[in-house]
This record gives sequence, C-alpha cells and structure tokens, in this order.
Amino acid sequence: MAQSVHAFAVWLSNTPLSLLIQNVSWIIPTVQTIHILSIAIVMSSVFMLHLRIIGPMGRGQPLAAVARRFLPWIWCTLVVLLLSGTTLIIGEPGRSLQNPAFLAKMSMLIAVVLLTLFFQRGLRRDALFWDSSAGRRASARLIAVVSLLLWVGILFAGRWIAYMTDTSA
Amino acid sequence: MFAWLHATALAETIRESSYLFPWIESIHVLALTLVVGSISIVDLRLLGIASRDRSAAQLMAEVLPFTWTAFIVALLSGGTLFTSHAVGYAQNFQFRMKMLLLALAGINMLVFHLFTGRHAARWSQDHPIPWQARLAAGISLTLWIGIVAFGRWIGFTNVQ
Repeated sequence: MAQSVHAFAVWLSNTPLSLLIQNVSWIIPTVQTIHILSIAIVMSSVFMLHLRIIGPMGRGQPLAAVARRFLPWIWCTLVVLLLSGTTLIIGEPGRSLQNPAFLAKMSMLIAVVLLTLFFQRGLRRDALFWDSSAGRRASARLIAVVSLLLWVGILFAGRWIAYMTDTSA
Repeated sequence: MFAWLHATALAETIRESSYLFPWIESIHVLALTLVVGSISIVDLRLLGIASRDRSAAQLMAEVLPFTWTAFIVALLSGGTLFTSHAVGYAQNFQFRMKMLLLALAGINMLVFHLFTGRHAARWSQDHPIPWQARLAAGISLTLWIGIVAFGRWIGFTNVQ
C-alpha cells in the first residue's frame, strides 16, 4: 500500500501539470493564499453556526435561519478548497500523500462532512428538528462541539503538513 | 529594539524548540482565519451580497466582539512568532507590506466607525446602506486579502 502510494506520488510529480506548478514559482503561494482565504470563510461560517447551537452567538434568530445563511457558504467554499488543495497536491505530491498530518486531516474532513450532512438532514425534515426535544437539543450541542473540534483539528493538521514532510515547506 | 526582542529568553526558546513554532503558528492561522472570515461576513453584508435577512447593525453588534477576540489571539500569537526572528522579520519586505496593509485596514475601520457606521441603526429598506459604507467594505475586503497573501508569502522567503 505504502509502496503504491509512493509510486503514484512519483508518477504524479513527473506529469506535465505537476512540472508546470513546480516550475512557475508564484503558483503555489497564490494557490495557498486562495486556500487560506477559503478556510477563513469556512471556519467563520462554522463558528457562527456552531456557536449559535452551543449558546453565545445569534440568540435572537432561529437555528434554521442561521443554518440557511451559513451552510451554503460552507459547502460552496469546500469545493474551492478541494480544487485548490488538489492543485497543491499535484504540485507537491511527495509533501502530502504520505504525510501523517495530511492523512489525519483527510480523515477528520470525511468525519466532519458526514456529521454536517447528518445535522443538515434533520433540519431539512423539520426546521425545528433540533429544538423539538431536550434530547435533540443535547444531540445538536454534542454535534456542534465535535464538529468545532474536528474543524480546528483539520486546520492544525493542515499547517503541520509543512513540518512533517521530507521535502522543504 | 528588534535585536533585544530577538535575544529574549522567549525568542530563544521558540528558536530552539522544534515544535513550539508550528504550534503557535497553528493558533495564529486559526485566529487569523476567524478574523478575516468574520470581517468578510460584515463586509459582504454592507455590500448587500450576503446575510440580507439580518440588519447590518444587528450583524455588526453580534459579529464584531467575536472578531476582536480572535484579533487579540492573532496579535499575541503573531507577536510571539515575530520575536523568534525579530530582526529578520523587521527587514522582510513581505512582513513590512503586511504591517502596512494592517495599519491601512485599521484606519479604514476607524474612519468607518467614527463617521458612516455611527448611523448603522438607521439603515433599513427605506434608508439603504450609503455608498461610503460600501466603499469601506470593499476597501476592507481588498486589504484583508492582501494581508493574508503577504502573510503567506513570508513563509516562502528566507527569514534569518
């Protein structure tokens, strides 16, 4: 498994697209800047939504309204993050694909996407779904706390990719 | 002064540890994404692009304390990272540009809150958001994109 990932990384780093990204010096910093700006949008939207569920933010408005405002931003910006992140991987496959921080980041990302879809499915069924009983309110709060931790973990792991790699950051 | 900062025990501890810099940097990135993202929420509302179901005044009252909290964390973590190579950063072009744009963003914010923003409670469907507020929001978004870009660029320069 590890060997085939390594072989794939070597193959990818020799493709014309990867060589182009490697040889044009401004591409990686520019794509990383787009990636961080997108993370800013996702993280802030995530905090606004989850702090509304946990308590301190936006008390004056229904949860469904806050979710309707921020969830589309999270999903749309996640697409930008996948595209910019894929560009960075193609440019430096050796830096990421076999990197434990990268693997941790992707695992947490899959977990938080599933959790967000589950949360959203409840709201789709009924706008008051997560307010309709004490049990559901507690579940929503638990989902919010776990999601926040996962997103912070994703961001930290993302920064650590630069420090857990053989090639230069 | 930068040489003195560089020589402090804190700076030396960070330089000599292999994990302190990445940890503080991770906190800095988390804080700065929350600063930039929450400012964008307000700017996009002022521009009429997002959160139109909520008044600009309500949104600002709710989001800006959050922004300031994150900004303090970004400032403290960023300041700590700065001490580790104070002399190098102070001479670094990308770092200087970042500080310049940060100062301009501060002035822009101050002007907005002292003049146009004071009347935010009055803005409604009958009193649309004035062009001065939209201009301040556009300037703010542009400056913050520049701050993030120069900040990321520092990582590609050789700071001694």
